[in-house]
Amino acid sequence: MHAAAPMVVLDNLTLGYDRHPAVHHLSAEIPAGSLLAVIGPNGAGKSTLLKGIAGELRPIGGRIVLSALPAAGVAYMPQRGEIDHSFPVSVFDVVAMGLWHEIGAFGGLSRRQRARVGEALGAVGLAGFEARPIGSLSGGQLQRARFARLMLQDAPLILLDEPFAAIDSRTVDDLVALILGWHREGRTILTVVHDLEQVRRHFPHALLLSREPVAYGPTAAVLTPELLGRARRLSEAFDEDAPECHIETPLEPSLAGGTEAHAPPVQPSHKHGDGHVHHHH
Amino acid sequence: MFDFLIAPFTEFAFMRRALAGCLALALGATPVGVFLLLRRMSLMGDAMSHAILPGAALGYLAFGLSLGAMTVGGIVAGLVVVFAAGLVTRASVLKEDASLAAFYLLSLAAGVMIVSLRGRNLDLLHVLFGSVLALDDASLLLIAGIASVTLLSLAVLFRPLVMECFDPAFLRGVSRWSPVAHYGFLMLVVVNLVSGFHALGTLMAVGIMILPSAAARLWAKGLPMLLLLAVLFAFGSGIAGLLFSFHADVPAGPAIVLMCGLVYFASLIAAPGGLLAGRLPVRHHLES
Repeated sequence: MHAAAPMVVLDNLTLGYDRHPAVHHLSAEIPAGSLLAVIGPNGAGKSTLLKGIAGELRPIGGRIVLSALPAAGVAYMPQRGEIDHSFPVSVFDVVAMGLWHEIGAFGGLSRRQRARVGEALGAVGLAGFEARPIGSLSGGQLQRARFARLMLQDAPLILLDEPFAAIDSRTVDDLVALILGWHREGRTILTVVHDLEQVRRHFPHALLLSREPVAYGPTAAVLTPELLGRARRLSEAFDEDAPECHIETPLEPSLAGGTEAHAPPVQPSHKHGDGHVHHHH
Repeated sequence: MFDFLIAPFTEFAFMRRALAGCLALALGATPVGVFLLLRRMSLMGDAMSHAILPGAALGYLAFGLSLGAMTVGGIVAGLVVVFAAGLVTRASVLKEDASLAAFYLLSLAAGVMIVSLRGRNLDLLHVLFGSVLALDDASLLLIAGIASVTLLSLAVLFRPLVMECFDPAFLRGVSRWSPVAHYGFLMLVVVNLVSGFHALGTLMAVGIMILPSAAARLWAKGLPMLLLLAVLFAFGSGIAGLLFSFHADVPAGPAIVLMCGLVYFASLIAAPGGLLAGRLPVRHHLES
């Protein structure tokens, strides 16, 4: 699958808030059709990376290139949506929002599109829930509804931020099955996951972050005790008064692609403290 | 019965005008109020109504009791506060409620000072409490015009606005409608407050927006029913308030808002979403 053209190119990417980088000098090529687990400790920049790719956050350094992607080609599911559960809409209405790219602000739903909403609900195990108010769903059912909405978005690139947080194991199994189905359809999927067992079982590739990129490659080569330990150590230091970072080029131009995991040197040639502040323009 | 309920409207033109004004307000301002309620911005409507005061007062200061000047002044002042607060919210650490509070308080202080510069207390009362019983053709046309524009705009904005209320992050992800829906809606709030302030005054205008919406929210499960009920409640309260004002010889604006309050309290007691609903013993529960 690495023969395919890259869907996402991260070029010396630095993302952050208030000049503090959360994703730091990350370079990687994610081929089309990848099923990639984004892993790392809390605060490692996983959510930030997804936000950046989704276009919600502007890079403070480097670039994100999504050249192969049509407009409305990214479906992004944030971890904590801003969903207002008390809002009086039905499950059908919510899932049908996934058809926005087809109907826009004014278009009506055709009979075929209504049927597709029903099919999506069936696929996530919510058949018959159409008329229920969204506020009456449990946490797991709401997550299923969000997956159904995502399916209708029909996007080639799918970004899932901790889709399994606070979800029971049966629901997780169903959701994983859906993700694997999208993978078989050739979609590119980036998922933030915390359960490493799940990553080993289902995800062919993994990207290990700890603000610094730690490793990217086949899952078995990334999930080693040594690399995981390095990620943990890196995440522990975060300095408010960090000195400025002066790296202008990536350490490892090609983090991506190979069959082996690359682990860039954590301490580069110049003194490079953790959690420093940036001056990129 | 006829004498009590119908005769005031058949005999007096000013009552018919007031009735038409109430209908227009119910059709325009109340649906906007429903969305204010759903966006948890009910109190923001109140703040906005104060923000309008200095513009109206400036118009009044320059041109006297001129409909056009006070309308334009009010709308401009309202929009300045809305956009300034929006700008501060996005560019600083202040949240929307804090930045809005700052601007509307300043606006209100400026407004009261401007009104007091010239003018007698009677005029101030007119600005604060409106004159639904003395609507002339121009005011009536203005209120009806604003109601029409509001209904059309809501029809255009409906889907983006619902998504902006329900899941703004999703709307931002799939389209660029989010700011259009947000600021378009705030503009509707401003023009409807101005329209309401001609009839009911700056202080009462929010009443006919929020109270019927809150009452309807206690009954309705879906959005269409919610909008319909809110409009019906608002118009019904308008009729009842006008009659109350006519027979008891009390000011019409507060009378209408008090009637809205009556509907609200009745709903609070009787409606499925109200106070009693969850507390009654359930005799038969469902199988699943």
